[in-house]
Amino acid sequence: MSILVIAEHDNSSLNVATLNSVTAAQAIGGNIDLLVAGDGCQGAAEQASKVAGVGKVLVADNAAYAHHLAENLAPLIAEVGAGYSHILATATTTAKNIMPRAAALMDVQAVSDISAVVSADTFKRPIYAGNVIATVQSSDAIKVLTVRGTAFDAAAAEGGSATIEAVASAQDTGLTSFVGEEVAESDRPELTAAEIVISGGRGMGNGENFDMLYSIADKLGAAVGASRAAVDAGFVPNDMQVGQTGKIVAPDLYVAVGISGAIQHLAGMKDSKVIVAINKDEEAPIFSVADYGLVADLFSALPEFESQL
Amino acid sequence: MKILVAVKRVVDYNVKVRPKSDNTGVDLANVKMSLNPFCEIAVEEAVRLKEKGVATEIVAVTVGATQSQEQLRSALAIGADRAILIESDDVMEPLAIAKCLKAVCDSESPDLILMGKQAIDGDNNQTGQMLAALAGYSQATFASEIAVDAGKAQVTREVDGGLQTLSVSLPAIVTADLRLNEPRYASLPNIMKAKKKQLDVMTAADLGVDTSPRVTMLGVELPAERQAGIKVEDVAQLVDKLKNEAKVIS
Repeated sequence: MSILVIAEHDNSSLNVATLNSVTAAQAIGGNIDLLVAGDGCQGAAEQASKVAGVGKVLVADNAAYAHHLAENLAPLIAEVGAGYSHILATATTTAKNIMPRAAALMDVQAVSDISAVVSADTFKRPIYAGNVIATVQSSDAIKVLTVRGTAFDAAAAEGGSATIEAVASAQDTGLTSFVGEEVAESDRPELTAAEIVISGGRGMGNGENFDMLYSIADKLGAAVGASRAAVDAGFVPNDMQVGQTGKIVAPDLYVAVGISGAIQHLAGMKDSKVIVAINKDEEAPIFSVADYGLVADLFSALPEFESQL
Repeated sequence: MKILVAVKRVVDYNVKVRPKSDNTGVDLANVKMSLNPFCEIAVEEAVRLKEKGVATEIVAVTVGATQSQEQLRSALAIGADRAILIESDDVMEPLAIAKCLKAVCDSESPDLILMGKQAIDGDNNQTGQMLAALAGYSQATFASEIAVDAGKAQVTREVDGGLQTLSVSLPAIVTADLRLNEPRYASLPNIMKAKKKQLDVMTAADLGVDTSPRVTMLGVELPAERQAGIKVEDVAQLVDKLKNEAKVIS
């Protein structure tokens, strides 16, 4: 078996999400190569070469790959991936955008968001917002998989010594151009990688009240998330949404504040090790998954919580 | 400009599904079915583009069993002009659906294809991207804003880091995220009118598409059940439990 893992990166450094796919690849077993496609991505490629367990890093460095546009990256992945038995990427929005396009170019039915490897062709994956786990077997010659990051530990970022090889291919369809981006800047850890996450819901009332969560988060070294209701209401931006269609998190501690606990939200956080719910409605469904529930008005509980940390 | 909106019939988002007793699949007997929420947003966006004078015709299409006509009627009630059902009783995977939709694109030649970013049953999030690959069209997934102008669409996308804006050449596939719009409720007169709108039925075989499955469902199971924990009396007890029992904060 030979496995190609598509690296996620910002050209200068490797996104740690990639390391979860390397572990999934190790569970399948076989040679593991990494594809780093970008524009001026030597920095990311060098980091990729240090990841434990990686044999070879393939680098496609071209202006066409600057913004990870699916139209250009999918044919590259289809071309480079043709010689592999498996092509994997961690299910970030970038991979979810690109991998199905690459799979269709190869006439492969991709398998999304795998949470376990049963064998080289059989995988488990959550369906129906994680209410059911399906075991599925792929009959395609090449398996194209996206990997649920929280279901696989990160491989060691250091200790490997992979060779770096350039890929000459330049796929530029010219169909799409990058206009701009608004990237949230924060000194707090990334939601999907944080050990502690504190999230607010509709009960927070407005965006200003999230300041209470931010100051607690800063004391705990935590990331701040939100329910869909809080994002829809415009309290906070979309990149903070935890849930079925937002980010999937599984920190050591998840604190849900003013969140009722719709199944779509639970889908994004119920694999957290310890769950705390603070809600004034003692019937809220969030309490059915919480290890520690506090029935209280969050506006008095949060300042008290902060002062006791 | 012509818009094709692809939709899907799924289990209603309020239903908590369970495995069948023999664990061969999900128990869908007597379960409420609805238009996939993301597809509803896609239909609404198409209707808004028509109301703005950008689009002239909206064709709704779905691939599924004969009962999927109900969801096409829902799309027609929101404001689609006519509908196409590609009828099949088989389990249709995203790649097979994308192939059917590609055939519809070939005959209908839409300028813009709108669809939901994912269906809330299989949670695959693949069909739009696959259709874009097969048709050779540009794609903008997870859209929260669409502006169409002079053969191009400028689309704002919800991505992990925040928002990204792309300019895609038409024809293009755009998949809807939650915040693209808030779908209207269809009025009773519009629901009545929708019953009389044109709805054509064909099969995958009519389109010359091979839809044989590539992935076999071996079984389903419930996820590990979480035990509900305890209720703490006050903040002091909560902090104590987190420090000394769970040991997750110091």
